[in-house]
Parts: sequence; C-alpha cells; structure tokens
Amino acid sequence: MKYTEGPEIRDTKAPEGPIEERWEKRKFGAKLVNPANKRKLNVIVVGTGLAGGSAAATLGELGYNVKSFCYQDSPRRAHSIAAQGGINAAKNYRGDGDSIYRLFYDTVKGGDFRARESNVYRLAQVSVNIIDQAVAQGVPFAREYGGLLDTRSFGGAQVSRTFYARGQTGQQLLLGAYQALERQVAAGTVEMHTRHEMLDLIVSDGRARGVIVRDMVTGEIERHLADAVVLATGGYGNVFFLSTNAKGCNTTAIWRAHERGAYFANPCYTQIHPTCIPVSGEYQSKLTLMSESLRNDGRVWVPLRKNDERAPGDIPEDERDYYLERIYPSFGNLVPRDIASRAAKNVCDEGRGVGPGGLGVYLDFRDAINRLGRDAVEKKYGNLFEMYERITGENPYDVPMRIYPAVHYTMGGLWVDYDLQSTIPGLFVIGEANFSDHGANRLGASALMQGLADGYFVLPTTIGDYLANGPYGDVDEEAVAEAEIKVRNKIDRLLSVNGTRTPDSFHRELGKLMWDYCGMERTEESLRKALERIPELREEFWQNVKVSGTAEELNQVLEKAGRVADFFDLAELMCLDALVRTESCGGHFRAESQDADGEALRDDENFAHVSAWEHSTDGPVLHKEALEYEYVKMTQRSYK
Amino acid sequence: MNLTLRVWRQSGPSDKGRMVTYKVEDVSPDMSFLEMLDVLNEKLILEGDDPIAFDHDCREGICGMCGMVINGVAHGEQRATTTCQLHMRHFEDGAEITIEPWRAAPFPVVKDLVVDRSAFDRIIQAGGFVSVPAGSAPDAHSVPVRKEDADSAFDAATCIGCGACVAACPNGSASLFTAAKITHLSLLPQGQPERLSRAKAMVDQMDAEGFGGCTNTGECTAVCPKGIPLDTIAQMNSDYLKANAK
Ligand SMILES: Cc1cc2nc3c(=O)[nH]c(=O)nc-3n(C[C@H](O)[C@H](O)[C@H](O)COP(=O)(O)OP(=O)(O)OC[C@H]3O[C@@H](n4cnc5c(N)ncnc54)[C@H](O)[C@@H]3O)c2cc1C
Ligand code: SF4
Ligand code: FES
Repeated sequence: MKYTEGPEIRDTKAPEGPIEERWEKRKFGAKLVNPANKRKLNVIVVGTGLAGGSAAATLGELGYNVKSFCYQDSPRRAHSIAAQGGINAAKNYRGDGDSIYRLFYDTVKGGDFRARESNVYRLAQVSVNIIDQAVAQGVPFAREYGGLLDTRSFGGAQVSRTFYARGQTGQQLLLGAYQALERQVAAGTVEMHTRHEMLDLIVSDGRARGVIVRDMVTGEIERHLADAVVLATGGYGNVFFLSTNAKGCNTTAIWRAHERGAYFANPCYTQIHPTCIPVSGEYQSKLTLMSESLRNDGRVWVPLRKNDERAPGDIPEDERDYYLERIYPSFGNLVPRDIASRAAKNVCDEGRGVGPGGLGVYLDFRDAINRLGRDAVEKKYGNLFEMYERITGENPYDVPMRIYPAVHYTMGGLWVDYDLQSTIPGLFVIGEANFSDHGANRLGASALMQGLADGYFVLPTTIGDYLANGPYGDVDEEAVAEAEIKVRNKIDRLLSVNGTRTPDSFHRELGKLMWDYCGMERTEESLRKALERIPELREEFWQNVKVSGTAEELNQVLEKAGRVADFFDLAELMCLDALVRTESCGGHFRAESQDADGEALRDDENFAHVSAWEHSTDGPVLHKEALEYEYVKMTQRSYK
Repeated sequence: MNLTLRVWRQSGPSDKGRMVTYKVEDVSPDMSFLEMLDVLNEKLILEGDDPIAFDHDCREGICGMCGMVINGVAHGEQRATTTCQLHMRHFEDGAEITIEPWRAAPFPVVKDLVVDRSAFDRIIQAGGFVSVPAGSAPDAHSVPVRKEDADSAFDAATCIGCGACVAACPNGSASLFTAAKITHLSLLPQGQPERLSRAKAMVDQMDAEGFGGCTNTGECTAVCPKGIPLDTIAQMNSDYLKANAK
C-alpha cells in the first residue's frame, strides 16, 4: 500500500510551563460560555459508555442542549459495563508512597514512552476527582471495615491505587454515569436516542456539524445537526473478530470521521490481554477476560518439558516453570500486560503450552488457597471462578485455570489535541475512541480512568472554549445531502450483492488474518502478506457477501455487514502503520526489533512520535507528532 | 448434539407472530446458547431466510442485553445465569427447546426475540439517581460507609436491567428491578436526602408504565441472573409507604 509523508504536527495546544500547572493554565485560558447562551448551543454525543455517558450528563447539566446516541437499547449497556478489575486514582489513601507524580510516571513508562506527558499528567491529576464524583453518585466501591474505601494493586503497579467494586467496577461506574445521564434526560437537557447507529459525520465549512444515523428499528435514515460533535464510540478491537469486546463494538463512527478528514493515530497499537479463557472451537463468538486482579494471587506456569500431557496436579513442583517469576523476579506475575502476553506466547511457541492445541498456560491458585484458605480466595475471586467454570466446565478450585492472551483494547484511535479536539474543528473524541493517553501500551485500570476524566472533567471545559464562538450558523444543505446519499448508497450496495457468504464468515477470516499477521508479533513479511490479502478479501466481500432482509426493518445482518466493511479499511491502515513502525514498543512487537533477551527493542531516535494518518484518495498521508519527554527520562522499560 | 428448536417469529410489532421449528445439528456442548443460535442464523442467511433477531452484546452476563424465555423459563432453567452464559452442555442430545421473547405489555416485541425495554430507563429518569453535579463532590473519604451497608448496597446494585423478573412475573411486575435500584441508593448515606421522594417517583412511574403489582409470588428472584433478593421489595414498599404518609 502506498503512502506519502505530510507535514509534521507541531501544535498540540498543550500549554507550556511546569507540568503541574498546565491544566490549570488551560482551564483559565478557556473561554467561558454565557449561561443564557448555553441553551442555544447544540452538542451531539455519540456513545454512552463511561466517556460518552459522563460527557453527555455533564454537558447537559452545564446547560447545553445535548443529543445522545447509542446502538444498544439502553445507554446503560455500553461496553464499559463489562470492565471488571478497577479504576486507578492517585489518592494515596494507603500512604504507600503514591502521588499524582507517581501515577503520571508509571503511566508514561508503562505506555512505553509513546504517550504525551502533558495529557498523562492531567489524567493523573483529575483521577482524584473521579473517585469523589463516583462516590457521591452512590457507586458502591469496596470498603474496609472502618468505612473507608478499599484499594488493591493491579498489573504493572507496585502501589495500591486501584479502586474497585468486586469484579464489576465498570458496571458500577457506568451505572453512575448512566443515572446522571437519565437525570438530565428527565430535566430535558439531554435527548436520548437509543438503537441508533451513527453512519456518517456531517462536515460543513470545514467544521463538524452533525451526524447521519440509522434508526435500527425502522431503518429510517436521520440527520441531526449541532454546533459540535463528540465521538465516544469506544475501541476497534473487534477487527480481530475474537476479542474481549462486546459483540457490537466497531470502528464505523471513527472510521467515517477519518474518511471526512480526522487523522487516525497509531492504529497498530493493540493491547493483548494476558489472562483470557483460551479459544475452544471454531464456532466461538468472543473471548472472555479473566480479570487481571487474579494475577495478584494466582501463579502462572507451564510444564518444564515440551508436550507434557500429564494432568497439572501430577506435575511435581520441580517440573514446573513459573516463567514470569523466573524471568521478571521483581514484578513476577504482576508484569504489565504486553510483557505477560508475549511471555505466554513464547512458552506456547516452544511447545510447552497446555490445553487443546497447546495454546494456554496455567493460572494456579493452589498456593493461594493453601496460604489464605479457600474461603478467603472465594471471597476475593468467587464470581470470576464461577464465570470460568460456567464457560469451561472446569472447577478452578480443583484444577488450575487455563488462560491465553486475547485482543482487549486499542490504544490507537482518532488523533486529538490537548483539548481532545480532532483535526476537524468541532469534532471532539473521548475515551477509547481517541488515541491520546496510553501510548503503546495501556496499564490496567487506566481506561476507565481516562474515559471518566475525559467525560466529566476535561471535555466539558475544553469544548466550552470552542462553543464560546458559536452558535455556528446554518449548515450547508449540500453537505448534509451528500452525507445522507453516501450512507444510503452503502446500504443499497450491501443489500444488492446477494452473494454466498455471510458477513460473519468474512469477519472471522479477516480477524484470523489480523491475529496471525498483525497480532501479538508482527514481522515485515507477515505485514506485507496481510496488506496483500486484505484488499483481496475486501474485494471478495463486496462481490460475494450475502445480506438478507431489507433496509426498512430491524436488520442485524445489515448492521454487521456495514461494520465489517469498515473493519476491512481499518485493518489495512493498521497493517500499514505496523509496517512503517520498524521498532517494538508496548503492544506493538516487531520481531525484527528485539534485544538479546527477546525483549521489545524501542527505537527512540526514529520513532519517538505519534503516527497520525490522514485519509486521502491517493493513499494515506503520514503526519508525525514528535513526543518530548521533559519529566520522565526515556529509558528502556525493565521489569526484571 | 442435535436439537429441535421451536422459536417465536414475529416480523414486527404489528405482526401476530407464530412458532417455527428448526433443526440444528452438530451443536458442541461448549457452545453458549447464543452461539448455537449464531450457527443456526448463519444457515438461515445462506438459505435466504430471515435470521432470528435477538438482542445481545457483552456475552459475559453483565450488560443485560440478552434475554429470552427458554422452555418457559426466563434465561432458561439454570439458576443465576443470563442467556449468553448458558452453555449447551446443560441440554440433552436430541432435546426440543422452546424459545420465546420476554412477554409483558410494557415490553412490546420489536422483532422475533427482541423487545423494547425502554420503560426501565423511564423508571430511572423518574428519580433513580443521586442529584450531584459533576465537579462538586467532596473528598470520597469524608463520608464513611459501613462495610456491611456498602456490601448490601452492592448486592442490590448488581441488577443488570435485563427484565427477566418482569417476564417471569405472573402480574408482569417490575418490582424487583425497581426495588433493586431503590435499595442500592437507600442503603448509602449519599442516597438519603432524596430517599423517600425517589421511592415514590420510581414506583409511581413503574405503575404508569403499565407494570403489574407485586403479589409476592417470588418468580422474579427465581429467574434473576444476579440473585437480587425479594427483601429489596419489602424495602421499597416501606420507603414508598413512608413517602406517601408524609
Ligand atoms: C472485559 C473487559 C474488561 C475491562 N476491564 C477494565 C478494567 O478493569 N479497568 C479499566 O480501566 N479498563 C477496563 N477495560 C477497558 C474499558 O472497559 C474500556 O476501554 C472503556 O470502558 C471504553 O469506554 P468508552 O466510553 O470509550 O467506550 P464504550 O464503553 O465502548 O462505549 C461505546 C459507546 O459507543 C456507542 N457506539 C459505538 N459505535 C456507535 C455508532 N456507530 N453509532 C452509535 N453509537 C455507537 C455504543 O453504543 C456505546 O454506547 C475492560 C474492557 C473489557 C472488554
Ligand atoms: S432484578 Fe434481576 S431479573 Fe430483574 S432486571 Fe435486575 S437483574 Fe434482571
Ligand atoms: S449479552 Fe450481555 S448479559 Fe448477555
């Protein structure tokens, strides 16, 4: 695939000066909107997860006129609901040496020096307010007997800064945001549109001014206009078909915005989560994550010998390889996700994997049960153990769990500046849909933090600065009509192919290809192969897909087909981005770039930048944004 | 395994609907119930038939989107399990399985097994929240909560809003859902100022939506995938009475 290089991105709008003062400075500098004017300003928020739900609620409460959209039947069901482990905050309630600076430091380092310092510092600052906000809403976080909040440590961190609500932190946080949102619906500041899918962005006079959506029940194509548009549509991990994401997660909203001019940053950064239940068969529709908190007490091992067929209980201690504890003595089982995932892949590649197909490693609670007692383990992890048993039919109290890495989170997304504004004025992107805060690797419990930081605290301030210059006047009718026609044409085209393969069968094939060639390990050769194969498969899709039913009804096959079509285009860009980045960092492991110990080898000289891709009919244009590290010295990450 | 499915098909709200029989073969016991339906749907699409519409998203038992009545029981016979977490190993080879949508007047059928549960959102809109604006919250440690209260509040808060309780109730009551929400907030200090007005508004909205009254048959808790206990309803009723006495 051909690409060209465009001018560098120089201005990210982050204020200068000491890092602790930048956000205060930006807040003070942001223009204020007169309360009487807020009612006249319309904002569209697409997505009702932690990011979109909290943003829509807060904007409504501030007095803006908000329209909110999601594809589920209720905003409360957004994918954020599934987050299990917890949310970080630099509260230092434990007095174990945590601080805003330390959370900032850990996050920049954990992101393998591919995140922006200014953004991450702000995230750490705001993290403190998130917990206060959630508690005030009635989010039932875990508590100590003294009535204060409990915390735990979580993958990659040596301090106990993770707040949690059993294994259902995302659910409880989302319900908090959802309830705040419904309060605004009742107050008349937010108009909620459920079962509506955004299919295009309306850009008029160079500004984002609205969206084209499909009512998923009637099939009606609707236009909604506003002074600004916020995308909070989540991640695109489902490009791999099998992932821990909810089935409906997709790239459509951000991809269409990309086609309209929003740069797409670091598409190749995919987080692979180390503790998922392994694949069991061809029919499988998704992978289930086992919370990483399990690694606090569970020990990861494989047999020392290859192809050891013995039951785990029959393998004596000295024939087990607790490989994480062996290779990374100071972090042991708690090494960050990218490291744990690749280590699992390596032992399986050596032929020491367990379970069907040898694609699994043990996560063993035997020692924890002996040390803490079964009751204590059950109290801590009971619901996770139950979930495991439900899916696999095996009881993890008796036999160790089997786990394997799976696609989990996408660090890439639409490029945004410090204000969370994309390269299209008036288009803001928050939560997993943007690229901003995690770098090449996301540490545990930091996505929830980012989603809520963006939605409750950052966006409501920065969007005000943009809206202060509004209302933005009439929208160009031609721009609206053009977007609407484009959407209709795509739907018609999908329905008219009438071929012999289902959308899912294409999606599965694309996903397998991405996993094999652009998954946990990438090489120049594999990526070139993918770039050859994806266009062929896409061609076949458009020649041979079969979409049953009509456009004027609830049509789940049509919905899927549309999403798969966008995944093809995204997949291609992901592979190109991975190919161009000839270094290893975080979730992006290029086999050509590793040190003598097989650890990822970064190339800071050539790649300390964000790759922001511009869409163009002549092929993608690469813009680089240089990353500077003034506070955290760039060092090779080591967890040994 | 091979199965015979009897599935409720209804093309839209105005269609009368009917049961249709399908055979599915080579079902693996490791499949989830929804994956088994996926396999059938793939076949239906290729044969040019309309696949069976059903709601789902997380497939992890947490979003509350999936839900169907399986052999007469909401979410199927396995206790404390959502449909997406129900696996085929719990069925016998050769079994006949009946699949229907939630049936309740306030949950109109949209298509096949998909129903409209937006009435639940309106119950929340009536008062299922703490009125706290963003950015003004006090430090989280300024209000301690007894661990026992926090744990009970959590137990109630785990409701996923699936609607199985309504589908199972002979009166079509939404009491368990509403009570779970009310109980969650009424057990926490944050929820106290609006406690009674909240209970009143939510119960009144529930009635206005056309959900039936609760006669304590307990069918709801029996099917609830999150094991929301019946005593939340007692809690709700007591708050409601107090609110009306005021
Ligand atoms: C199993 C699991 C466990 C996790 N555990 C943790 C954890 O413990 N800690 C942590 O920090 N992170 C965790 N994560 C990651 C975290 O949950 C997500 O990154 C985060 O919730 C994303 O939030 P979001 O608001 O950006 O998007 P989402 O919650 O994905 O919301 C997306 C929204 O956009 C809507 N939408 C999407 N496309 C369209 C469209 N075209 N039109 C209309 N609407 C659309 C959807 O309806 C939805 O409302 C976990 C993730 C998974 C999968
Ligand atoms: S109370 Fe139980 S059955 Fe009813 S909506 Fe909540 S989780 Fe579902
Ligand atoms: S699909 Fe989410 S609970 Fe079943």
